[in-house]
Amino acid sequence: MALFDVSGYKSHLELRGKTLGTGLRHFNFGTTNQEFAVPAGMDPSGFLKSCSHEGQGGVSIDLNHGTTTLAFKFRHGVIVAVDSRASAGSYIASKEANKVIEINPYLLGTMSGSAADCQYWERLLAKECRLYKLRNKKRISVSAASKLLSNMMLGYRGMGLSMGSMIIGWDNKGPGLYYVDDNGTRLSGQMFSTGCGNSYAYGVIDSGYREDMTVEEAYELGRRGITHATHRDAYSGGVVNLYHMQEDGWIKVCKEDVSELIHRYRKGMF
Amino acid sequence: MAMSYDRAITVFSPDGHLFQVEYAQEAVKKGSTAVGVRGKKIVVLGVEKKSIAKLQDDRTVRKICALDDNVFLAFAGLTADARVVVNRARVECQSHRLTVEDPVTVEYITRFISSIKQRYTQSNGRRPFGISSLIVGFDFDGTPHLYQTEPSGTYHAWKANAIGRSAKTVREFLEKHYKEEDMESDTEVIKLAIRALLEVVQSGGKNIELAIMKQDESMKVCLNLWYLYSKKIAAV
Repeated sequence: MALFDVSGYKSHLELRGKTLGTGLRHFNFGTTNQEFAVPAGMDPSGFLKSCSHEGQGGVSIDLNHGTTTLAFKFRHGVIVAVDSRASAGSYIASKEANKVIEINPYLLGTMSGSAADCQYWERLLAKECRLYKLRNKKRISVSAASKLLSNMMLGYRGMGLSMGSMIIGWDNKGPGLYYVDDNGTRLSGQMFSTGCGNSYAYGVIDSGYREDMTVEEAYELGRRGITHATHRDAYSGGVVNLYHMQEDGWIKVCKEDVSELIHRYRKGMF
Repeated sequence: MAMSYDRAITVFSPDGHLFQVEYAQEAVKKGSTAVGVRGKKIVVLGVEKKSIAKLQDDRTVRKICALDDNVFLAFAGLTADARVVVNRARVECQSHRLTVEDPVTVEYITRFISSIKQRYTQSNGRRPFGISSLIVGFDFDGTPHLYQTEPSGTYHAWKANAIGRSAKTVREFLEKHYKEEDMESDTEVIKLAIRALLEVVQSGGKNIELAIMKQDESMKVCLNLWYLYSKKIAAV
């Protein structure tokens, strides 16, 4: 009522409405209202630390960030390559996990870190991208999509989320590649690699990268990067899923087992 | 009978009217005229400057407001209501730039303003905004747009339109004299806007304020355009 507005009194219904996200929510792109309410005084990241082998509890639940993913821009678009091993400590939970989320025909997201966090938040991002397209009648830009994801991460900063992801797309500004992680970092760049196998992958793609590579050379570089990383990193393996982001959308190039690929490259190694 | 249904905004009348919204539209009709014309590479807004008291500083009466570098708005109706709406729209333009890293499209900000206006037609204890607005600008891909919003919260795209006092007369003039081929030329667009306003404004360039925006240039509010154009208007 008008008197309530003037006196600043907020009725219970209004407060509940604020937390539940009513009103002009679709103009805030869903970032001002958090998906989960965290009780005051809770410290999820401290709790997680106490459960890992660093804590005193004698418990050893280690959330490993076992993955290698890489992406790089070149003259003919963006190459995205990921491995497919999902590990929980020293147990390989899956050898064919899908670490690339196909948000729409012009947007891809990669996942590294906690599989649950990545899958949930990137699917939420896909929902927001779809809503954006319905409301504004045009596809969301790569910079906006990555900004949405990083704002979601910032909302839960310090609470123990674990996600290192790359958002790849092609919009009217050209090819786009952004790295977004659970601290809220958001970087645009020519080349990124995430996961615990990333140093091995960087070594390979840094030495073989040229901006004017042919498409086949770029595919080979992406495959090599992942293969060599899986060869040395215990927490990466399975198959290489290779995508190529072109002007008219992404294509899935191949899905090859790394144990076969490494023999191909070994001819040069040994 | 109508009297009992116009107390509360949130009550329909038996024949489907929201009287408060319609009364808000009456308030708009009392406001000074504003006209907008959309050309191929230029958009023009013109407003009638009401005569002010001698001691009043006329630079403080602004009826054309910039929402962002690429969008601006002219309104007809209650000035104070317009201030609130324009302020919220300005914040939203910047918020959009922050989140999406792109300037707003004209349609987006029009939709936002209309959503605010509609919300105020559906809450208790509040009255609708008593303004209609003409929103012009260029999207970042260079297409020009002209939209009109109403107190009910609807919006439409127009090639040329007028709001406020005698809007009907001005609109009829525009319908008669609008020519698609003329819209290619910037001067023709400006001339059409000025001529349309002169239908209802007391004669003389001193009573017109014009704002012009060309593609790739930010808005030029020709505050003292009448200095330049008073001769042209005489010729026109």
